[in-house]
Amino acid sequence: MDSTGGAPGASRRRWMWIAVAVFAFLHWDFWLWDDRSLWFGFLPAGLGYHALYSVAAGLLWMLYIRVAWPAEIEEWARTPPGERAPSERNAP
Amino acid sequence: MSPQAAQAAAPAVSYLPLYVIGAYMLVLIGLGLASMRSFRGTSKDYFTASHSVGPVLLLLSVFGTTMTAFAMVGSTAKSFEQGIGVYTLMASSSGIVHSLVFFLVGIKLWAIGKRYGFVTQVQFFRDRFESSALGTLLFPILVLLVIPYVVTGFIGAGTFVQGATRGMFPGTFATGVPASNGAIPPWLTVLVVCFVVLFYIFQGGVRGAVWANAFQTIMFLVAGMAALWMIARSLGGLDAASNAVLAKRPELLAREGQIGHGEFLTYMLVPLSVGMFPHLFQNWLTAKDARSFRTVLIFHPIFILFVWMPCVLIGVWAAGQALQAPSSNAVLGIMTTKYVGNAVVRGLVQAGTIAAIMSMDSQIMALGTMFTEDVVVPLAGKGMLGDRGRVLWSRGFILGIMAVSYWLALYPPPNVFDLGVWCFSGFSGLFPLVLAAIYWKRVTTAGAFASIVAMLGVWGVLFYRGLIKPAMEGARPEEPLVLGLMPVAWVVLASAAALVVVSLATRPPSESTLKKYFA
Repeated sequence: MDSTGGAPGASRRRWMWIAVAVFAFLHWDFWLWDDRSLWFGFLPAGLGYHALYSVAAGLLWMLYIRVAWPAEIEEWARTPPGERAPSERNAP
Repeated sequence: MSPQAAQAAAPAVSYLPLYVIGAYMLVLIGLGLASMRSFRGTSKDYFTASHSVGPVLLLLSVFGTTMTAFAMVGSTAKSFEQGIGVYTLMASSSGIVHSLVFFLVGIKLWAIGKRYGFVTQVQFFRDRFESSALGTLLFPILVLLVIPYVVTGFIGAGTFVQGATRGMFPGTFATGVPASNGAIPPWLTVLVVCFVVLFYIFQGGVRGAVWANAFQTIMFLVAGMAALWMIARSLGGLDAASNAVLAKRPELLAREGQIGHGEFLTYMLVPLSVGMFPHLFQNWLTAKDARSFRTVLIFHPIFILFVWMPCVLIGVWAAGQALQAPSSNAVLGIMTTKYVGNAVVRGLVQAGTIAAIMSMDSQIMALGTMFTEDVVVPLAGKGMLGDRGRVLWSRGFILGIMAVSYWLALYPPPNVFDLGVWCFSGFSGLFPLVLAAIYWKRVTTAGAFASIVAMLGVWGVLFYRGLIKPAMEGARPEEPLVLGLMPVAWVVLASAAALVVVSLATRPPSESTLKKYFA
């Protein structure tokens, strides 16, 4: 099951994976480690940052789906065993 | 104190929340009956809902399956002890890692399962690694890792209801201990939960579990936010609630002194466990198409925020109020009882919390499916067991697992969260195996065996050292770090290293298998 897609698709996916890696690194908010301040008077800074991070994670996946969704996986799953999916027929 | 004296001393209590919880249980029974009407009578429908579940139902059921007592009761308990860092350890990391695993592993396994007709993980691994023995090794490991997860659900339900109903039945359930006097005891709550869960999964199979999980997700999403709002109001507002913590327990509002950087970074490996959860594998297979996963990827991290944020805030607010609890597992129950004023709303909030706790149904359903498909069918011979026979074997095993889990839940560990993390760490140790099975052509059967054995050895030693030994000595388990890192880091490292080294040293898989999975 090869889901790399064509050249433009592969390039988009590579960029998206770089974005995912950078985003994963941003999870480590070492600069807020000993910050006890309360955002908006009630929300601890560390908790506030990670709440925003959770929302941003959803937005990141929305972006990924828009620019790099592996559409060929659907046809591969629906192709009976023993037959080649249309995306595989062009493969060497 | 005699029961009569306890009854006379007890303040007036409202039974309305209990009626609301009872009504919630009746709705679940109703869903079980409704899902039975949709049951098509085949084992495929019983185990995969005939691949008919669309995007919204898939999102709600997958989310409901991953959020259990660990998320509601465990997160509140842990933040009561350790502060807001609990959210950063498990919730926000799960937001990115869960969706990543759903994308990398979930969609691929859905496609493989749909194309080749697999119903369980073991079937996939047996075929992918051309080894029946690999499945035989994997089956008991998966069962042994799922059982503690089910047990955390039972413990969570028992302690939550105990905290929420204290003082209601001083004559019947007198304990003499103020924190639990007159409360419904955990053994009774767990018995009722077992009955209701068994009813709806026996009636509708995985469809019953999916529908129940979807309903439960809606319930606990609403309940969490409602509880946060109402408790904050009772404590004088959001600002007052958090400022009380700042005044009395300021260390809980930051991570300095609570969580080390090595612990924080390696905690990110714990959510990898979802890639090897047998119940999630079964949930993924219910999807109608790959596009159904899109809503799961986007909304899963945001739903985690809606569930975990209220629980973590309630946990630290409880510490700010110097709450007295029989165990930290009871903090959520006591907080809702004490600070949610309106009895009906309190009942709804408590029913919502129980909804999250009760979503262990999918785990139980997956164990029944695995036993039937991976043990009974291979032993009986293909084609020897009809649809009815398969469903009956599955139900029998589910009954056995429920009985064992019930017994284990009567001897709870001090913290549901810790038991859950150990359980997840074991599953995370199997993640390199599933990732390699899908993406690495060069992985071999011997490499797969080595990976499982390495995971089992390292996890077993660390689990004994971190949880079993302190429990046997009567000591409270400390954070079980090894060289400043979470045990999961060493488990995953050992498992991945064994997989790679042994695979490179042994014969590659056959051409036919490579063609089947990597054409």
